[in-house]
Amino acid sequence: MTTSSLFFDVEEIRKDFPILNRKVNGQPLVYFDNAATSQKPQQVIDAIVNYYQNYNANIHRGVHALSQEATESYENARKTLQKHFNAPKVEDIILTSGTTHAINLVASGYTKFLKTGDEIIVSALEHHSNIVPWQMLCERTGSTLKVIPMAQDGTLKFSAFTQLLNDNTKLVFVNHVSNTLGTINPIKKMIDATHRYGAKILIDGAQACSHVKVDVQALDVDYYVTSAHKMCGPTGVGLLYGKTKLLETLPPYQGGGEMISEVTFEKTTYADLPHKFEAGTPNICGGIAFGAAVDYLNHIGLDEIAAYENDLLIYATEQLIKIEGLRIYGPTQDKTAVISFNVENIHPYDLGVLLDKMGIAVRTGQHCTQPIMDFYSIPGTVRASFAFYNTKTEIDLFVTAVKKAVMMLA
Amino acid sequence: MTIQDIQHDIVDEFALFDDWMQRYEYMIELGKSLPLIDPASKTDDLLIKGCQSKVWMKADLVDDKIVFTADSEAIITKGIIAILIRVFSNQRPDSILSANTSFIDQIGLKEHLSPTRANGLASMLNQMKYYALAYQSKLSS
Repeated sequence: MTTSSLFFDVEEIRKDFPILNRKVNGQPLVYFDNAATSQKPQQVIDAIVNYYQNYNANIHRGVHALSQEATESYENARKTLQKHFNAPKVEDIILTSGTTHAINLVASGYTKFLKTGDEIIVSALEHHSNIVPWQMLCERTGSTLKVIPMAQDGTLKFSAFTQLLNDNTKLVFVNHVSNTLGTINPIKKMIDATHRYGAKILIDGAQACSHVKVDVQALDVDYYVTSAHKMCGPTGVGLLYGKTKLLETLPPYQGGGEMISEVTFEKTTYADLPHKFEAGTPNICGGIAFGAAVDYLNHIGLDEIAAYENDLLIYATEQLIKIEGLRIYGPTQDKTAVISFNVENIHPYDLGVLLDKMGIAVRTGQHCTQPIMDFYSIPGTVRASFAFYNTKTEIDLFVTAVKKAVMMLA
Repeated sequence: MTIQDIQHDIVDEFALFDDWMQRYEYMIELGKSLPLIDPASKTDDLLIKGCQSKVWMKADLVDDKIVFTADSEAIITKGIIAILIRVFSNQRPDSILSANTSFIDQIGLKEHLSPTRANGLASMLNQMKYYALAYQSKLSS
């Protein structure tokens, strides 16, 4: 459907990922659990090793050379992220330990702003990490949680969303892409609708950023959060983008070093953005490697990645639906390269175990989205999620393995 | 038969298989042959936590021995349960508590003991030992 393969040399790209050479259970690894975490290219691994081998030091406070090099490298990574997400200011990028941390940072801050009668809206497609912090916020403030329902095809009911919005709505939370189904939500429309009621919106981009170019200014989004490790970066680091004026009024999440301006026992004043939200020694190496990962993705090109992954998605879908009794959950269009499926009368766990024996890594279970499983009345699904370093040959191996497993289990 | 004797038999049976496929096909067969718990008895208090597929386990004291019954949504998990039941059901609580479980390693199922597998072989074993402990203290009181 695209001409991406003409420009996109997957065999060359695969050379960047040393882990793809290994075997699992005696079989060449087929890694289709990219929605859980992506693999890391040598360029990112090198950035990590280089930091610890050559300029490991604490940042922002040392006068010595190593500290200055580390600070510069860390802050350059922040600039890379600012540019990548097109944030107006570099201090709008808060480095966190990941998406969950970023969500909790905002949820915690809103304790101060919400009261009984206020309403918070989440979607039925959310990961538990984007449900539980808001439930806790509601418990703390007496606000009410409303849920945007989903349709059979795994999309959100947009008209139901607009009906939920009212003058009491203070916050809306929705993921950019569903981790379980791959649904790409119409976030621009949702952001605009939210703003018509003067409410704020946080978009969880954990599943989107390795597939979609995100421009926070074009979106006019209030808060956008994501994790590095799904974008070829390391675990334990992520970001919160927030509009400057919102971040300035949001109270600090954790107290500690780095985040203060003046400290006396009578009163402490907080540091300016972004340091107000970055208490303690940050994940310095992680931040630097996050920058390297974004550089790597941009070197390949997110548009090229999206087109190639879509080819893989279409190819895999066509092969899989030929298997008798196999049902794919989620939309047929506007989705990332994620296939969540079950085979009739077979528990997803059984399928996952046998695929693993054949060297194929997929995720099975509820994918931290119990409400979606309840909606479909299923115990879980098998989720295969593709990345730009996967190939059609691997999909063939996967489809053959699914058929073999189904035969064994039937 | 003692727990140890049964474990020996199982290790001998598994030694006949050439590869993982035969092992898993056998477990799938065992899973299919495991008597079901009727749906009405599958109450939440019998659920074992820590399994990716739901596992229900019941333990009854018959004379001085524990009789285990269990069921699961997943067939491979049922196969594993069937093996555990064969080893530990109809045994005295003290024998269950003192039994070693190295046979799991010997039959190539050690990977299922890893907590990351979340399939609950470890949880099932623990649950059996909890029941044994509970019945042992009941018997001795």
